[in-house]
Order: sequence, then structure tokens, then C-alpha cells
Amino acid sequence: MKKEFVRVISQKEIAHQIFELKVQGEVVAEMTSPGQFVHLRVSDSFQPLLRRPISICDVDLSNRTLTMLYRKEGTGTALLSQKKEGETVDLLGPLGNGFPLDAITAGQTALLVGGGIGVPPLYYLAKELTKRGINITAVLGFQSERDAFYKEKFAELGEVFISTVDGSLGTKGFVTDVLNNEDINYDLLYSCGPTVMLKALEAQVPDADGFFSLEERMGCGIGACFACVCHINGGEPSDYVKICSNGPVFPIGRVAL
Amino acid sequence: MNKLSVSLPGLEMKNPIMPASGCFGFGKEYAGFYDLSVLGAAAIKAATREPRFGNPTPRVAETHSGMLNAIGLQNPGVDKIMENELPFFQSYDLPIVANIAGSTVEDYCEVARKISKHPQVSALELNISCPNVKEGGIQFGTDAATAAALTKKVKAVSSKPVYVKLSPNVSNIAEMALAVEEAGADGLSMINTLLGMRLDLKTRKPVLANKTGGLSGPAIKPVAIRMIHEVSQAVSIPIIGMGGVSSAEDVIEFMLAGASAVAIGTANFVDPYVCPEIISQLPELLEKMNVNHITELIGGSWKECGIPSLSR
Repeated sequence: MKKEFVRVISQKEIAHQIFELKVQGEVVAEMTSPGQFVHLRVSDSFQPLLRRPISICDVDLSNRTLTMLYRKEGTGTALLSQKKEGETVDLLGPLGNGFPLDAITAGQTALLVGGGIGVPPLYYLAKELTKRGINITAVLGFQSERDAFYKEKFAELGEVFISTVDGSLGTKGFVTDVLNNEDINYDLLYSCGPTVMLKALEAQVPDADGFFSLEERMGCGIGACFACVCHINGGEPSDYVKICSNGPVFPIGRVAL
Repeated sequence: MNKLSVSLPGLEMKNPIMPASGCFGFGKEYAGFYDLSVLGAAAIKAATREPRFGNPTPRVAETHSGMLNAIGLQNPGVDKIMENELPFFQSYDLPIVANIAGSTVEDYCEVARKISKHPQVSALELNISCPNVKEGGIQFGTDAATAAALTKKVKAVSSKPVYVKLSPNVSNIAEMALAVEEAGADGLSMINTLLGMRLDLKTRKPVLANKTGGLSGPAIKPVAIRMIHEVSQAVSIPIIGMGGVSSAEDVIEFMLAGASAVAIGTANFVDPYVCPEIISQLPELLEKMNVNHITELIGGSWKECGIPSLSR
């Protein structure tokens, strides 16, 4: 993990308020584990002050390029969306622990369930899993068609199901509705998305083995500030994990959602 | 000659820079970025008698040039800190300041008695200014007589020098400072965070689960400078200054205000390398200012002798 001013290669809006940002830098060579994240400083000034945690969506190790997808939402991501080709971004990372790739073997099937801006890290995961001979099925949930992205990219790697809350694309409803409607067989579950989605998923498939990647408001991103702390299932009341440095990926059931 | 060395009770520092308590965990995270021995000292996260989980999340909220936090003194308790965290610093050459907090006088005394005996601890920082816990903390820091009584008790059981960390959430901070000096404090650290709040326009509710939080970052620097300027002229014990420091220039400003050492808090979250970067920039800055030794700056804004380059 280190800090580097990486160079912007390209930036474009690929869905409503969803930006795809590609950057290049030596530090990308370290980004070998899908599920890790980077922490970006989007301004030299004190406004905004803190870094922004962004997941790693795709990595080209040979060209040292990193692809990130983020939703333009507040001051920080609005500034980030203005970065042009050739400009630099202050990047700290890669941070956290990624999805274990050795928990599943060639020939088996991994189910990848993503919600909204939780979808991006699953793309790098899907690529690495398929490279290892693992079949993937993806269930991706969005608000509506205009918010959906990377459907075709996932389709190149395996079967894809889409759900939208308003029904404008794929199944109307949530990712859990897709799992109800479709008969999907899988050996291991990987998921990333809002806590409410992970909670619903955990309730729906209580016996599933796999891993969740969690989101929480972060301060430092390196485990020092104790902002993104969660309780552990079955632990003492004072037991905890930090999402940034102990996670963001945890075995399903470990963290009290 | 080391132009940066400063000497405070219990703290022989290579330079005046230390990470502030609560912004540096127990050091391990930052050891992945740089050699901790370059630091003048380090203040570790507050220790309480029993383990504390702290407050529900969200615990942080960004504000203009600052952030609010309401962590709630999360820590594994003094025994585990002594057993599992402090030995880590054996491999480094820097004095450690142990921040201590509690809900009762007995809590503070118990933690102080225990942790001050640890060989890795060089000084204590008495946290009477945490705004984020319901009991203890700040209630000891907003009444001069209460603060003095606690300081006296802790001093009696501590085997290391005691710095009292003052809250800016008072109407007369010099009165607080004088009271704890009189009660035997070896030094002061100031300022802790300013109590604040941010509302979410969508939910119409506070952003922080704790509702209120402590404001830190560059936004509070002028408040800290003013208070240190005032207090340093009122007391004769040294001050570890803090509050929004994020550059070498800020460090100079704090020392001119009257601080003998400077702690860096929130800036560590923005840039984990900020402490070593500031330390490496200080010598050149002193040279530019025609200052031979950094201690010449202390109180330079009000001392008559001042700094050579500024005397016209």
C-alpha cells in the first residue's frame, strides 16, 4: 500500500451519475486482489477534507491501469468527475482485504450478487474467477434501467440476471426476487452492496457459504480512526472489526449486519 | 546540532511533532507507511478501565475544512492495551504518551496507576475533554474545581508526568489551565475537539448516530491558536498544541502562539505520511526564518525577545 499521484487515462459517464474512471500508475501493480479499494484525495484544498474510498473495478496489470466506477453524489465525487485525461489524482492503496479466490475450485460455480455501486468490485472478481476455471453467475440489482451498467461486460464472463426496482430492466424488484424466481445453483456466494441488501440476502440463503463486502462511512481507510467499526456475530459486546482494514470482505455471518 | 529537539517533562523529543491521541490508533497502522522512530513522540488512543465499543455508526461526518467525529473512546481497555499494544513500541525509539479516560475519579486513577508503570509509557495525557461520551470525559473538563481535583488525584498515583488535555468548550480556558497547573499538572495539551453537529437535509436528522460530535481539522486552527496564545501567557507549564495542524507552517504558528510541541490529528487521516513530511520540511523553514533552534519560536508571538528575523 502506498500513495501515488496516478494519471487519468479516461473518464466517462456510463450510466446515470455513474462514472468510469481509468488511471495509470506504478501502484496499480499491487492491485492483485479483487475486493480491495483505493482511497482518493480529490482536491488539494481542505474542501472536501477527507479521502473517498472507491472500489477496484478492473485492473490491467501489464499496462498498470486501474478502472474505478463511482456514483457522483456529493462534493467529493463531483470534483472527481471533473478530472480530465492527463490530470493526476492522489491515490492511497490498495487498501483492505479482497475476496478469497481459493475458497472455490475450477469447475465449481460462484454466484456474484451486486447492488448498485456494490457491483464494480464483482467485475474484477468475476474476471479472476473465470481465469481460474470457475463458472460465474451474476445477479445485479439497480434502481432502474438508466442506473444499470456493465451488464454486457458480465455477460462475457457468465450468465447475468438483472433486477431493477421499477422493473424497467430485468426482473422487477430486488436481487432477492431474482433468486426467488430463478433456479440458480452455485457453490459459493460473493456479494457487495448496501447493508440492507446483504441483510436480505443473508436471511434468504442462511446456509450459503461465501463472502460479503461491506460499506460504511470511513475516515482514514487504514484502520486508525475507528469510524467504520462493526460488531461481530457471537462475540463479546466490545468485540469489533474495522471494515477498512479487517475487511471490507468478510465471511458471510461474521459481521453483525 | 539537531535544530528540532524539544524537551518537555518526561518527553525528550527529536522534534516537536507527535500524532495526536485518537488519530494514530496504537501506531501499527502508520508503521506500515514509515519508521515511527522519526516522530518526536506519539500519543496513543485513549485507555479506559474496561473495554469500550464506542458509539454506533455513522461516527464521522465531513464539514467545511474539518470533520466531526463521535467514536466514543472505543478501546480494548487498559489491561489489553498494556499487554497487546504497548510492547509494539519496543522496536521504536520514541516516547509514548498514554491518553487516559474514565467515567469516575476512581476509573481515571486506576488507569493512570496501571499504565504509568508500563516501561513504554513516558507520560500520561489526562483526557478530560472528550465530548463524545455520556459519562465522564468532558464533565471533568468544563469545571475548574472538578478538573483540579481529578488532576491532583491522578498525579498522586501516576509514576510519570501528567499532561491535562483541555477542552475548548469552556468560556474561560485560562481559568481551567491555571486550576490544573495549581493541582500539579506537568503540562497541558490543547485543544481537544469543539462540540458540533451536522444535519442531513434528506432525513432532517443529525448525520452522526451520536447526534453531536467533536469538530477537528483546519477549521478549528484559529480557535486553537487563540487559546494557546492566551493560556501560554497565563501558565508556566509547557503546552502540547494541537487543532487543525496540517503543514510545517502550521507547526511554526502553533509554536509562536506558545506551544512547546505540536500534535497532529485529523491530517493523519488525509495523508498518512503527513507527520514525517512536516518533520522533513521544518529545518528548511527554520533556516528561511533565520531561526537557529526551534525552541526559539515558542511564545514568539508575545515574548519580547521574539525571533531574530522578525525584530526590526
